[in-house]
Amino acid sequence: MKGFKFILAGILFGIVMSKSEAISWYRIQEMFRFQSFHMYGIIGTAVMLGALTTYVIKKYKLRDYQGNPIVFQPKEMSIPRYLIGGTIFGLGWALTGACPGPMFVNIGFSYWVILVAIAGGLAGTYMYGAMSDRLPH
Amino acid sequence: MLELLRQPWPWYTSGAVIAFVMVLLLFFGKSFGFSANLRTICSACGAGKRVKFFDFDWRSQTWNLLFLVGAVVGGFISAEFLTSGEVVQISQATVQDLQELGISAPSGLQPEEIFGLQALFSVRGFLLLLLGGFAIGFGARYAGGCTSGHAISGLSNLQLPSLIAVIGFFIGGLITTFVLLPLIF
Repeated sequence: MKGFKFILAGILFGIVMSKSEAISWYRIQEMFRFQSFHMYGIIGTAVMLGALTTYVIKKYKLRDYQGNPIVFQPKEMSIPRYLIGGTIFGLGWALTGACPGPMFVNIGFSYWVILVAIAGGLAGTYMYGAMSDRLPH
Repeated sequence: MLELLRQPWPWYTSGAVIAFVMVLLLFFGKSFGFSANLRTICSACGAGKRVKFFDFDWRSQTWNLLFLVGAVVGGFISAEFLTSGEVVQISQATVQDLQELGISAPSGLQPEEIFGLQALFSVRGFLLLLLGGFAIGFGARYAGGCTSGHAISGLSNLQLPSLIAVIGFFIGGLITTFVLLPLIF
């Protein structure tokens, strides 16, 4: 089964997000109050190792398992799009204590109320799609 | 070994595993970005008939939906087999700040005041989750990515747009933490 490896990668992601406690509302509050190094350590380590690997992949033009070149899509430059969109995202992140990944990991933990946040997330995504022409990008 | 896995993982292990997941997806020919799934689900539900933004071949994103399913299963495995039942060890300063808001010290992973069923059936609790989720979905698509796409993948690729997005995440998070939460609680 071709898709099985993605399920396995997802399982690893779900486990690390919960074992690092990054899915905890408390940890996100602690982060936004700058009262612990924990979340900064997680994100910082991930970005440093991620940047190192990204550099190596680009420098040695590494290929994926099928032999295709690994390409990185540069993001289009804009300030309003990322700043306004990011700020709206942050408002929600600190309210629910869960960004999109951890929302779903919380289901695995039987925190069923998070389904309300997921429903909200889908509605928000739909609303963006419906009005994106009228927003500054 | 299992005992060690059952403890909360230190930040450096966690960060390294997250980077590993990102690199794994790159070698699978994909890129790490979780919130794209919300768009895919909208599209799979037929939103493409009404809104052009959702009119794309969502089946090409099946791999990411499988990753999402895995994330739920991973959470379940952690909850069932990899937990020693410890309480989140947040700093004492945070515990105090939250108590002033009326949110009790951790007795598990999540606060009962937000994740408990009783909270869900209150107007405040329901709206907090619904509107919080709404802002996450709206903001993630507006900014073109969430924590995985911008803070991890984007910063790893030294993308300035991602840095701007992450600054935005913090502006929003600080407004919620220091302005909205005291108003709500």
